[in-house]
Amino acid sequence: MAQAAAPKKKAEGLGGEKLHVWPYLVRLEFLCAILTIVALTVWSIVIDAPLEEAANPTKTPNPSKAPWYFLGLQDILVYFDPWFAGVVAPVLIIVGLMLIPYLDVNPKGNGYYTYHERKTAIWVYSFGFLVLWIALIIMGVFLRGPGWNLFMPWQYWDPHKVVALVNVDLPYAFGVRTYNGAMLFGGAVILGYFAVGTGIYFFMERKALKSVGFLRMFLKIELFLIMMGIVIKIVLRLGFNIKYVWVTPWFNI
Amino acid sequence: MASNSPKIPNIAELMDKIKSGKIFSDIAKEITESQIWTSSFRHGYADTPRNRVLQIASNVWLHLHPVKIQRHALRIKFTWCMGGITFLLFLSTVVTGVILMFYYRPVGEYAYYDMKYLQYDVPFGMLMRNMHRWAAHAMVITVWLHMFRVFLTGSYKPPREFNWVIGVLLVTFTLLLSFTGYLLPWDQLAMWAVTVGTNMARATPFLGNEGPFAEFVGATPRYDVRALLIGGSVVGPPALLRFYVLHCIFIPLVAGALMIVHFWRIRKDGGISGPL
Repeated sequence: MAQAAAPKKKAEGLGGEKLHVWPYLVRLEFLCAILTIVALTVWSIVIDAPLEEAANPTKTPNPSKAPWYFLGLQDILVYFDPWFAGVVAPVLIIVGLMLIPYLDVNPKGNGYYTYHERKTAIWVYSFGFLVLWIALIIMGVFLRGPGWNLFMPWQYWDPHKVVALVNVDLPYAFGVRTYNGAMLFGGAVILGYFAVGTGIYFFMERKALKSVGFLRMFLKIELFLIMMGIVIKIVLRLGFNIKYVWVTPWFNI
Repeated sequence: MASNSPKIPNIAELMDKIKSGKIFSDIAKEITESQIWTSSFRHGYADTPRNRVLQIASNVWLHLHPVKIQRHALRIKFTWCMGGITFLLFLSTVVTGVILMFYYRPVGEYAYYDMKYLQYDVPFGMLMRNMHRWAAHAMVITVWLHMFRVFLTGSYKPPREFNWVIGVLLVTFTLLLSFTGYLLPWDQLAMWAVTVGTNMARATPFLGNEGPFAEFVGATPRYDVRALLIGGSVVGPPALLRFYVLHCIFIPLVAGALMIVHFWRIRKDGGISGPL
């Protein structure tokens, strides 16, 4: 259906008539502005901004939550150490978003809605935005209680809720007991994940290599593997009680 | 009639003018042909094609627009109106924020009590504060939706790649604006949310005292990237002042400059995206 609609839109876009901005666009903007300001004013009359008791550095609230728009990142803290969840992940998100126009070389779908002409792009972006960003924010706002434990909306936020910590590192789960052995095992798993993922992608897209270019394809798949790696880590933790995959003296993943 | 002799108002004539309503068009003519009027307004208001062009092209506020636009660019279904609403909300926070600045002091001893003063004593203080906060929250949501719309329409594709990059920076600065403002009420919510947020900075690889490889750089709790951000090792009065300056001066200036580039590039890249 969308494909049938696309040519029609194309024809209309290029040769289509142009309208005067005054009055057609300006009046629309004006209406939009009035509606927005009215909505904002009503919202501000009806609901007061929160003001709690004065700041007190000796009294830590439980849970302490970041502003709501950062709660997706704060939730990833459950699964990753702060250097990744709080620093590397946001930097990768910003850099990765900036790189999108340089990595997505699909010439179709420029300036109109289409799903069929760019399925992968839409799936990846929607998954990152709607699931990894928005859904985690909603979870962080409504379902995370004291101790950052998960509470259903009908449950009492019990600050003394006991959650058994039975997590083990991945090498331990596979029977590796020595420190150095675990480090080697974890490193092999992480590097293997990226190597295999990259290898499969390059093999499957080998025909595109010439037209797309090595660097583009490499960055694309690494960013994708990191994003999926976050999901895999979440599944490993929630489903298999895995704490870290790779433990080193300097950092843990 | 002797035109140089002073005009003596003829009552009957005047009554006629009033009764026929001609007096209004006479007054209007007098005003619109005066020197003050003609020097202020560069064109007439009659709905002619020429004036439609001039309304945009000769108006400093509206000339950001092109004179003509493709029909699809008017569809709310296409644009979601989110970019414009984001900019409007930004302007709302600027206006309400300046008003709040008249009453608020970013000092540990005063900040919280200035908030109370604003809420309970300043006329419309609570409303200004509410509008500022809700507009800021709404702006975060609308800027995400704007970005989502731009992605779904593939509008970042050539020739608009660079403007997408500017847009990503603007999203980031929107979040930073909101985050720095979050501390200013200086209540428990503010202090601990910002503590949670800035604690991340001490895990920065190399530059944070708890980050990987920090031992090779010599970062300490009082001397690392987090201490630079909040002016100490805890979120205290120096952090309040820093966030105030960042919130009211530095980030708005940078974001404003980026907005200028963003809007200018829309025009230079051929206007709002559409089917080629």
